[in-house]
Amino acid sequence: MELNRRGFLKIAGLTFLGLAAKPGWEVVSQIKPMESSPPPNYFSGKKWGMVIDLKKCWEAEEGSMESINACHRIHNVPSFQSIKEEIKWIWTIEYEKTFPEHIHDFNEDEYKGRSVIVLCNQCDDPPCTKYCPTRATWKREDGIVMMDFHRCIGCRYCMAGCPYGARSFNWRDPRPFIKKVNLEFPTRTKGVVEKCNFCEERLIQGLLPACVEACKDKALIFGDLNDPHSEIRKAFHGRHVLQRQPKLGTKPKVFYIV
Amino acid sequence: MYDGKKIIPGLIIFLGIVTYPIWHNTVSGKTGYVPKPKIPADKKECVEPKALIRVNHKDLLDDWKMSVVRSGIRTYQASNKKIYTMSLTRTCMNCHQDRKEFCDQCHNYMGVKNDCWDCHMYPKELKAEVK
Repeated sequence: MELNRRGFLKIAGLTFLGLAAKPGWEVVSQIKPMESSPPPNYFSGKKWGMVIDLKKCWEAEEGSMESINACHRIHNVPSFQSIKEEIKWIWTIEYEKTFPEHIHDFNEDEYKGRSVIVLCNQCDDPPCTKYCPTRATWKREDGIVMMDFHRCIGCRYCMAGCPYGARSFNWRDPRPFIKKVNLEFPTRTKGVVEKCNFCEERLIQGLLPACVEACKDKALIFGDLNDPHSEIRKAFHGRHVLQRQPKLGTKPKVFYIV
Repeated sequence: MYDGKKIIPGLIIFLGIVTYPIWHNTVSGKTGYVPKPKIPADKKECVEPKALIRVNHKDLLDDWKMSVVRSGIRTYQASNKKIYTMSLTRTCMNCHQDRKEFCDQCHNYMGVKNDCWDCHMYPKELKAEVK
């Protein structure tokens, strides 16, 4: 068979068309990409905050442990024996270390050495988020300073940035140090920073944070700071309101009333 | 060829050693191995069709992660209009109770490493720990 130029081009063209058929069909028949449900505005308009009534705390002896235990139980917080490796979500420190700028000669006897329950202040202007190089921590629209454990590279810049020591680093695998694992919340892994998340996983279910719920003396009040009729805003009336180290300009959303 | 008596047997021995993994696996029948992820017998359907899950489960889980952590959206509307909770532990592992029988089958075969289980738990693991 003699093949001229015209015939060659025809056959070559048909061959290429044939080769293109399969990839072309795959493009056309490809399964549509998955779409998640449209995002409603879950967070806008809210500003979660907490008020801690120190009088109620101090009237009830050893009351804080119920809140601390409840939080640590549901969030799979390990209990290491050493202070260096301690993981803290909510804990207590002495009054004079909590409010160093309020210490003067005349209040010392009354408040000295009293333990104050502390947690992440969920600052309105959080310094920790600005340090994070991977955006593993950020402030959500409703004011909660969130952590994405998936994204944390464990550089600990945020820990250096937090003036309240509210962030802890996992120096080793925490799982063997968790008494009873709660399946509803992930554990963390070695090399990840963690902190209080204001129970955002409970808020979305319409529940109060675990510490607030566990406190029998109702010393912890949680609510929306933007709502003037909320319980938390009413708690401010006629009381002396303290924040931890307000001069730093971090605008903590955890308030203390005395 | 000089020293052909040494070189040729030497080459044969060398080729034998180099191709050892191939004929070892052929003899032991490993070349015919196919991963067998265990599908729960009592559950009929997955979140999305099997073909889609098989190819895109990684993207699906990644989207779920972003959605839950970043946007706070915890429900997923599947292509069949059913609503699912976006959760590896509560949704996926509720059916596929043991990762060793399901996830690891293909992941090990393909040499895929993932660190899901450093943090996330699955029901079987918890039961084993309690015992």
